[in-house]
Amino acid sequence: MTDRKARIDQLYSAARERVLLLDGSWGVMFQRMELEEEDYRDSRFSKEKYPVDMKGNHDILCLTKPKCVAELHDAYFAAGADISETNTFSATTIVQADYDLDRQSVIDINLEGARLARASADQWTKKEPQKPRFAAGSIGPLNKMLSMSSDVNAPGAREVTFDQVYQTYREQIKALNQGGVHLYLIETVTDTLNCKAAVKAIIDLEAEGLDKLPIWISGTITDRSGRTLSGQTVEAFWYSVRHAKPFAVGFNCALGADLMRQHIAAVSRVADTLVGAYPNAGLPNEMGEYDQSPQELASHVGKWAQDGIVNFLGGCCGTTPDHVREISKAVEGLPPRNPVPGKDTLRLAGLEPFELGS
Amino acid sequence: MNTAAQTFVNVGERTNVTGSARFRRLIVSGDYATAVEVARQQVRNGAQIIDVNMDEGMLDGVNAMQTFLNLIAAEPDIARVPIMIDSSKWEVIEAGLKCVQGKAVVNSISLKEGEDQFQKQARTCLSYGAAVIVMAFDEAGQADTARRKIEICQRAFKILTEKVGFPAEDIIFDPNIFAVATGIQEHNNYAVDFIEAARVIRRTCPGSHVSGGLSNVSFSFRGNETVRRAMHSVFLYHAIPAGMDMGIVNAGQLDIYDEIEPKLRELVEDVILNRNENATEALVDYAEQFRGQKRKSAKEDLSWRSLPVEKRLEYALVNGITEFIVEDTEEARAAADRPLHVIEGPLMDGMNVVGDLFGSGKMFLPQVVKSARVMKAAVAYLDPFMQAEKEELGTVDVSNGKVIMATVKGDVHDIGKNIVGVVLACNGYEIFDMGVMVPCEAILAEARKENADIIGLSGLITPSLDEMVYVAREMQRSGMKQPLLIGGATTSPAHTAVKIDPVRSNGPAIHVRDASRAIGVVSSLLSDEERPLFVDTVKARYQRMRDHRAGGPPRPRHPIEVARQHAHKLKAPTPEAPSFTGTKVFENIDLKELAKYIDWTPYFITWNLSGRYPRILKDKVVGKAARDLWRDTQAMMQQVLDQEWFKPKAVVGFWGASRDGDDIRLDTGDTFFTLRQQVIKNNQRANFALSDFVAEMDDHVGAFAVTSGQQAEEIAEAFEAEADDYSAIMVKSLADRFAEAMAEYMHERVRKELWGYASNENFDNESLIKEAYTGIRPAPGYPCQPDHTEKETIFRLLEAGRIGMSLTSSYAMRPAASVSGLYLAHPESAYFVVGRIDRDQVRDYARRKEMNLRTAERWLGPILNYDPVDDENGSS
Repeated sequence: MTDRKARIDQLYSAARERVLLLDGSWGVMFQRMELEEEDYRDSRFSKEKYPVDMKGNHDILCLTKPKCVAELHDAYFAAGADISETNTFSATTIVQADYDLDRQSVIDINLEGARLARASADQWTKKEPQKPRFAAGSIGPLNKMLSMSSDVNAPGAREVTFDQVYQTYREQIKALNQGGVHLYLIETVTDTLNCKAAVKAIIDLEAEGLDKLPIWISGTITDRSGRTLSGQTVEAFWYSVRHAKPFAVGFNCALGADLMRQHIAAVSRVADTLVGAYPNAGLPNEMGEYDQSPQELASHVGKWAQDGIVNFLGGCCGTTPDHVREISKAVEGLPPRNPVPGKDTLRLAGLEPFELGS
Repeated sequence: MNTAAQTFVNVGERTNVTGSARFRRLIVSGDYATAVEVARQQVRNGAQIIDVNMDEGMLDGVNAMQTFLNLIAAEPDIARVPIMIDSSKWEVIEAGLKCVQGKAVVNSISLKEGEDQFQKQARTCLSYGAAVIVMAFDEAGQADTARRKIEICQRAFKILTEKVGFPAEDIIFDPNIFAVATGIQEHNNYAVDFIEAARVIRRTCPGSHVSGGLSNVSFSFRGNETVRRAMHSVFLYHAIPAGMDMGIVNAGQLDIYDEIEPKLRELVEDVILNRNENATEALVDYAEQFRGQKRKSAKEDLSWRSLPVEKRLEYALVNGITEFIVEDTEEARAAADRPLHVIEGPLMDGMNVVGDLFGSGKMFLPQVVKSARVMKAAVAYLDPFMQAEKEELGTVDVSNGKVIMATVKGDVHDIGKNIVGVVLACNGYEIFDMGVMVPCEAILAEARKENADIIGLSGLITPSLDEMVYVAREMQRSGMKQPLLIGGATTSPAHTAVKIDPVRSNGPAIHVRDASRAIGVVSSLLSDEERPLFVDTVKARYQRMRDHRAGGPPRPRHPIEVARQHAHKLKAPTPEAPSFTGTKVFENIDLKELAKYIDWTPYFITWNLSGRYPRILKDKVVGKAARDLWRDTQAMMQQVLDQEWFKPKAVVGFWGASRDGDDIRLDTGDTFFTLRQQVIKNNQRANFALSDFVAEMDDHVGAFAVTSGQQAEEIAEAFEAEADDYSAIMVKSLADRFAEAMAEYMHERVRKELWGYASNENFDNESLIKEAYTGIRPAPGYPCQPDHTEKETIFRLLEAGRIGMSLTSSYAMRPAASVSGLYLAHPESAYFVVGRIDRDQVRDYARRKEMNLRTAERWLGPILNYDPVDDENGSS
């Protein structure tokens, strides 16, 4: 743990030198393992103690099948990823309530998930010191949103409070940090207010003495409207999360690379920080599968690197180590994007951005 | 003043229970649905931020704040603007912060309860990601004097930026607007204190902003709306330039500064600026007459109804009154020849008055929004009449061209764009109006889909400027060559010149000041004839503006008198006289012979294949395309030659001539005018003019006009009728080549035989292309003589009409495949570039040609070294 700070410095300097690679999808890789209900369980999580079906709760595999998780980290690092994410996308008390998981189990998933990612990253760094590897703590969205009504007939109704969201993220963040991650990745942000609760948790925990780590915030533009699910434009989203002073900002999921480009270009124009993007492997086909080939995806995002609009690239739904490998080839030797200079204008946001010059 | 007026942010205040009795009633009675409508109305009326305040004794403030914010979060047309969470209770503020996904403003925090509390609250705001309003309030109380206001704000700024790490740009100071003219002498200077404080705070707390609640200032005149409105406007008129860039303002409680009754304005100004001791008394006395005039004086006072209709429309626009707009518009329409004339005439004139008042800080944004609404109503009334007119004239389906129009992403202002759209539509252009907040990608996709001829972008707020640059860059990136028109209040020729034009090498970007200019610009751009000169002129003008900004005036030039002293002095003897003087026509020229003179390289360039012929046929990249084209071309050439598709003709003339300064005088009494280089050269080379190559006596000059004939155009039309555009373009391009070849062929005959000064020359075609021969044949409109109007003299002297050639009003030659120019024979004559010329030469040239200066400047637009438009606005 002692060398975490030095490793984070390496992350900063590596990001200045080249386009860094994030790993790809975890869901599709677990699907390929064809795990069954009993694979998700062990003695601690027996059917007796946790009667709700566990199949599909990938995050619990951090505790019940740590080897599978470690293998995936290794597979992505072997494919050339600089950063691999912890298997904790849904490891919050609010989401895990669907599986009736208790608070301590959720904390343990995050702790163990962080350790697994960190151990794999450290091993690869030892093996290839010229290419240090990093573990990013995955902080995913919730199944409950703070800005959207849960009831069509009551636009003011909310299923959850800010304080509850704050608390659930706070516990996840603390465990990820203690488990040793190098950075946080608040990802697939569908509701900016949920994200702001996570950011507040980080700011507060740091003020209380928790190690300071870089933050990468990755929103999701849901469809061709060019807005987040909670209705914000790209710029409004960026203005709303700028106070986190994130190490990187960008978008992932929902769109394939072709439809995502304009949003990445848009954030790239305004963000005075690094920009990251990890699209899906195209849009799902009629069978609900993502079938864009590694080459195809790489040719899209490789162009982004050439155009100088990204610092981090990776894959979301449907992408595999092969995708990461192809992207790695496509961006090799390309310089990273230069963040735009900071501005001294007052920038506020509703669903749309507001700017007042000084 | 202009910028100050435009960067004033208007915060909506009607969703404040302490400020609006109606809103308070709604909230207290739990009628949130209607309360939400109040918010919607605010945004619709132009509020850029809405202030929400639930500080009412009867209310559970936390609950009311959360309920209301959650409700408006579900209304996209309200939630699009940022929220200002306003409360004196910290727990209400924090409750509000937990409900907004955007970046909000906290109103307010202060040093009232000491530095620790202040820091703590600031940190909390930071952790929620909110900007803050900081009241000028400290442990000792609220600041009243300028000195105290400044002191407290500076102290707060230091704590926030140095200890808390708060971004300076997220700090908005509210240095307290207090009531003046209360009868208490200490209050008299309150407005001055605020204005002074604003000025110093903006300067000494860099990055910060200044806001205030406007209605306080007039508190002592409650019940006297006329005076209150005047006080608000006068206050803003002075506070905005001082640095107040945000305010809680009721647009309905503002007058147009210029329209305040002069005596009242003076007395109000005395009070606001504390100009004399008796100011309050004087105003109170004078104000008595307005007491009880509850409604807006502008509406009350209907004397403006007796003005002529144009003036009534202007009045309604300036004052934002929709009440009579339909009847006035109808009256104007009945009197006008065409409904469009009402828009182009009185309505546009009225909007220009609004624009001028806004520009000079005498109208404020909320008022302009109201003006726009009046304009919209008038245009909407006229629209059916214009449609009917179109149907009557049968022009419904006739399109002069397609124009895509959009207000760019992030901006919702569309009135100017709508006016331009209407005016263009009335002139037969097909308008695709994409509305407001249109992302770049959507604009470009629509333009591609509709195959638009022009794209027009509009925007009113500053960030829209960047968005326009982005659209321009994306057009460049994706190879879209359509002209891009830029318009809207914050746009300017300077911004277009410096930021937009340079990113578009593949097409023009043109700033259009207002709707009245749009027609001229669009018609020039869509006219094949006018477009090149127009585009070159604008590009050149923008280049000059860039140069100007890049430092100092445009490149220095020699005064024309000095340039003339550097004229080229002929050394070699004057060539012999031509074989004839007067003119001769040449016809029945063998196409096969002419074909040998064709330079094929430009032919490939016409087809966007660059590379020298014949090497291009083996080019790695374009070789295949070039070979395919070449094969098809050869096939058509065969037909051209066998069936004699073209009937090239030429007329050549020679006259005795002599140099007279920069002009060439002919024995016929005619003159060829020429232009002289004014560039300051580092070497000993002369400042050339074409006249330099003619001796001062006993010399000759020639002229020519050649054409491939009008057959090419007829054949092309036949191809087009069969939808064979490929062959149509090919035959036209070949005709161009034959015209050039004809010029080359005739020039050779002139040198060897007709003038005969080089009877021994023997060049192959390659050398001809390289212009290795003696003597030149400069053409008007080209770098040696950029003035197209000189063609008129050439055509007249040659009687070019004899061989079917003519000039259009823009001095384009008909048929299109034609070439004309002068012949100069002197061995020292050479091609050169006149380059940028200064006003002294243009004036002199216009005088010599007996041409209006403005006309000369128009034709010489692309080479002017100064900006005639700038100077129009200047002292001259």
